[in-house]
Amino acid sequence: MEVRDLRTLYSVRGSFMDRLRGRESGSVKAVDGVSFDLQRGEVLGLVGESGSGKTTLGRTLLGLVEASDGSVKLDGQEIAGLGEGAFRPLRRRLQIVFQDPHASLNPAMTIGEAVADPLRIHGIAGNRDQARTRVAGALERVGLQPAQQFMDKYPTDLSGGQKQRAVLARAIILDPDVLIADEPVSMLDMSVRAKILELMIDLKRELDLTYVYITHDLATAKYFCDRIAIMYLGKIVEIGPAEEIYDDPKHPYTVALLRAIPEPDPTRSVPRDLPRGEVPDAVMPPLGCSFHPRCPRAFEVCGWESRDLRTLLEARWTKMPEPEYRAERDVIGSLDELDVPGISARLEPASGHTAAEVSEIIERLRADAPEDPFWKGVAEIGEEGGGVAVRFHDNLEPRDVPAGGSRLQCHLYDDEALAAAEAARKRTPEG
Amino acid sequence: MAHMPKFAGIRRLGARIQEAKGAPRWILYVGIGIVVFFVILAIFAPLIAPYGFDQVTSDGVRFPKQAPPSSEHLFGTTVQSTDVLSRTIWGARTAIEVVVLSVIFSIAIGVPLGLFSGYVGGKLDRGLVLIMDALFAFPYLLLAIVVAFLLTDKLNDFFLSNLFGAGIVTAAVAITVVYIPQYFRVVRNHVISVREEPYVEAARALGAKRRTVIGRYIFYNVIQNVPALATLNAADAILTLAALGFLGYGIQPTEAAEWGYDISRAIDDVGAGIWWTGVFPGMAIVLLVTGFTLVGEGLNDVLNPLIRYRRIRKPKIPAEKVPAEQEASS
Amino acid sequence: MSEPGTRAEPAAPDSPSEAVLSVRGLRAWYGTMGDPVRAVDGVSLDLRAGETVGLVGESGCGKSTLGRAMMGLLPEGTAVAGEVRYRGRDLVGLSDSELRPLRGPDLGLVFQEPMTRLDPLVTIEDHFLEALRAHESDTDTDEMRRRSLAALAGMGIPPTRFKQFPHEFSGGMRQRIMIALALVLNPKVVIADEPTTALDVIVEAQILQILADLRRNFDAALLLITHNLGIVAETCDRVAVMYAGQIVEEGNAREVFTEPAHPYTRELLRSTISLSTTGLHYIPGAPPSLVDPPNACRFHPRCPNAMQVCAQKDPIEMPPGAEAGEQREGRVLCWLHGPADEIPPGGERPLEREEIALAEEA
Repeated sequence: MEVRDLRTLYSVRGSFMDRLRGRESGSVKAVDGVSFDLQRGEVLGLVGESGSGKTTLGRTLLGLVEASDGSVKLDGQEIAGLGEGAFRPLRRRLQIVFQDPHASLNPAMTIGEAVADPLRIHGIAGNRDQARTRVAGALERVGLQPAQQFMDKYPTDLSGGQKQRAVLARAIILDPDVLIADEPVSMLDMSVRAKILELMIDLKRELDLTYVYITHDLATAKYFCDRIAIMYLGKIVEIGPAEEIYDDPKHPYTVALLRAIPEPDPTRSVPRDLPRGEVPDAVMPPLGCSFHPRCPRAFEVCGWESRDLRTLLEARWTKMPEPEYRAERDVIGSLDELDVPGISARLEPASGHTAAEVSEIIERLRADAPEDPFWKGVAEIGEEGGGVAVRFHDNLEPRDVPAGGSRLQCHLYDDEALAAAEAARKRTPEG
Repeated sequence: MAHMPKFAGIRRLGARIQEAKGAPRWILYVGIGIVVFFVILAIFAPLIAPYGFDQVTSDGVRFPKQAPPSSEHLFGTTVQSTDVLSRTIWGARTAIEVVVLSVIFSIAIGVPLGLFSGYVGGKLDRGLVLIMDALFAFPYLLLAIVVAFLLTDKLNDFFLSNLFGAGIVTAAVAITVVYIPQYFRVVRNHVISVREEPYVEAARALGAKRRTVIGRYIFYNVIQNVPALATLNAADAILTLAALGFLGYGIQPTEAAEWGYDISRAIDDVGAGIWWTGVFPGMAIVLLVTGFTLVGEGLNDVLNPLIRYRRIRKPKIPAEKVPAEQEASS
Repeated sequence: MSEPGTRAEPAAPDSPSEAVLSVRGLRAWYGTMGDPVRAVDGVSLDLRAGETVGLVGESGCGKSTLGRAMMGLLPEGTAVAGEVRYRGRDLVGLSDSELRPLRGPDLGLVFQEPMTRLDPLVTIEDHFLEALRAHESDTDTDEMRRRSLAALAGMGIPPTRFKQFPHEFSGGMRQRIMIALALVLNPKVVIADEPTTALDVIVEAQILQILADLRRNFDAALLLITHNLGIVAETCDRVAVMYAGQIVEEGNAREVFTEPAHPYTRELLRSTISLSTTGLHYIPGAPPSLVDPPNACRFHPRCPNAMQVCAQKDPIEMPPGAEAGEQREGRVLCWLHGPADEIPPGGERPLEREEIALAEEA
């Protein structure tokens, strides 16, 4: 498969107040310009947290969700944007396994009927006996033996692992080429996960399958995948051979993900230096590189903006005792302007206070942690028109750059970005 | 491999009825008993009723007018010399016919519309919901009267009229219109919650056409509430029919006996102390409505797990056995 | 040495702190149409001040039920027997009205899905004020606000967001709010039931960091219920492993992870897939039904070390390594460590079982 610049947008209805004020509803770029190749016989992992777009990407590849832009080619044939009817025959080659084994099977159908349905839908059922034989074959292949025992059972009679096996049987009965597995084991118990993963590996060998393995769990991905793509807010931030991702992760987000995975090793304690904050709202993502507000190694051109100033102020106030917080908070007027993303920010003093007081607070903020990457992004701070204006360096959108055997979207590895940052540093007045 | 999947929502109904302990089971049985009784009356009316529904003579002798209950007329006679017992029994046939027809019509129209509208969504859905809500908001009796009025004498050539009589079909259709929105709503809401389920998405991923998805994957999972709803609607329909008859719409007195009509005739009798013309049709209505209601509530209790849960009894934990004792017993 | 007919006392560590919450022989059975579900079937556990205990097990082992039973939060139709001692009182058998004043200021509970526990129509500020007013009605409102802001600040929630509504926060922040709500009343015992299961891994690590700090800043005893062995290893002082309604092993976290005494613990550790996993490993068979658990040792049908006696007699709780004369902390419910004089002759022979058919596996 070849995927180029794939984009999938969801439109989001604004809140009631927004609609009342006539503000347009936003759209979420669930998949925001994704490109990769899928080689026959490989297992590609799509790893990301919630909001990364990995699930939407999986569904877009399958045509369950309409792509807004870009191209998806299967053996050279363009399949993005195909209508339902044209896509239907292709579904024999592309199948999916979902996350929740308890909800993936129709409660009104027996296992036998459920696994046979793909045959019926595509009209290759033949007569009843032939279909039954094929179903039995699929059931035995996934380890539900003796098949007779399971054919007439309903999903509620089966355990989680057995259900997931049935779902796999249904997915492979048409002998597909590509199987998209969306978190196939995350809802199963630990002692069962290994069984299902092993089954999937066996199936890959026996049926010559190509997998796209979607997960948030880098630990299972390590065991299963040949190549791994790390996704953040709709983009692939790092993609490369599995070994390289684990032994030499480059993108700061990848590094953080790897460190955050709990390890049943009592000598290890919870990692302390994790990126602050959480995955931001996808409706208005951060400017520049979406990861910059949390990145410990961000620098001048990564996309600093007004909202980052607010985050820093709030973090400072969180650590202060209440009376001091009140005192500082009263100095500054409204903070809402900071919520509009922009490369310059204004802070107006509240009535009865001066711009000088606001400046002082910002200086104290800087003194708290002068090595915070935020300050690299500040081009200048000055009193202006009764308030304080903070201007940030111009930001650059990250682009794909090679690094080792992988491909990254990170300015740290982008020579042009590094040069632009150097130039920006030279322009900044000291202090 | 083409046989239809079994009813999952209502499957194992027999088992569930067995499991339900105490009250719900008896409610269900009593209700079924009452309804079956009336159905038998309805089917075998010609054999059970001593006289025709509008029969006023026998062997050339006219029946007495407004005679109290006696051995020849167990329930007495009316001012028109008809036998109250016979009219009550024939009235059962009318009621059952109308109710069965209207429930079948309502389900046949309301359920598919709800299925389709819920799955497809969009403008079609919004439009249908608007229509159904409007129908629902309309005072139901008025609606039934209007429809009955509009359809009087229009259905004489309809095939069902030849079977049942035009008046009965008219009444049935009038009642149908009143209840379609309920089935539509219940099914539509269920479809909306089910259509986001992974197994429906899985069906699409398998390449199923829309009608397959609706027919095989959604249908059997959204109709669990329909039987209970149907019986409760049947109860309501009896009352609506009686109201129509009371007001003189729907079924003409020459076509069939109808309890509501009988009661309207009996009002004048009350002043004169003649109770039997009104009480017996009235009791028949009350009993049949109660019967259907009991079946509906009983089904609801049996099929609805939340209500069942409350009746679970707390288990008794035996005192802990000390390991030494256990050794002796193993 | 234990005498026949008595249970060995859970080995008490040398720590001088007394148990804040003490569970003895707790059983919680759910009523069903048929036989009862024996979700908790004889559990004893101590929680000490300032200590974090991880209660770990797979789905269906009864760990959630145990957490709720300790708080008296089981649904109607559940029978509870045994003892839960808190400050000299036995909580089992107390009525709801007697338990309510304890829930909050004494016993705090953090659930898995914070959105379902926070009222979407009520601001965060009001959540806190309501909780404080319900239990400490004599504190004045300003003081309440101050404490609420401090509790939230401790969780990393900025004071500027005090008046927002729950839906304006992300999942991770809501969970922090829940924890802050539980802590603002200064409970002595906090039970957290799968608090991070629904969260992303980085957010999970952040929250675990906060919980780990709790040990230092508050004196509360924390019971962390989870199926994730990794987070138990990283945050807990002690760990209790639960299987089929019973605690099969309990002890110092470091020791249990490096030298697991019970075969189930060992197998569970081996099946956990982490970054350092080298081979896929799983436990054959499926966790047993709690309605009709296996006789004697409940793990014997799946245990690679099962002996004859394991299918005949209930195992006796012992300190691990007792059979080798070691003096270790903790306790284990397994015949491998059982008193030799309790095992009948021939009982030590390996148990022969049929191959567990694939069909019976999960």
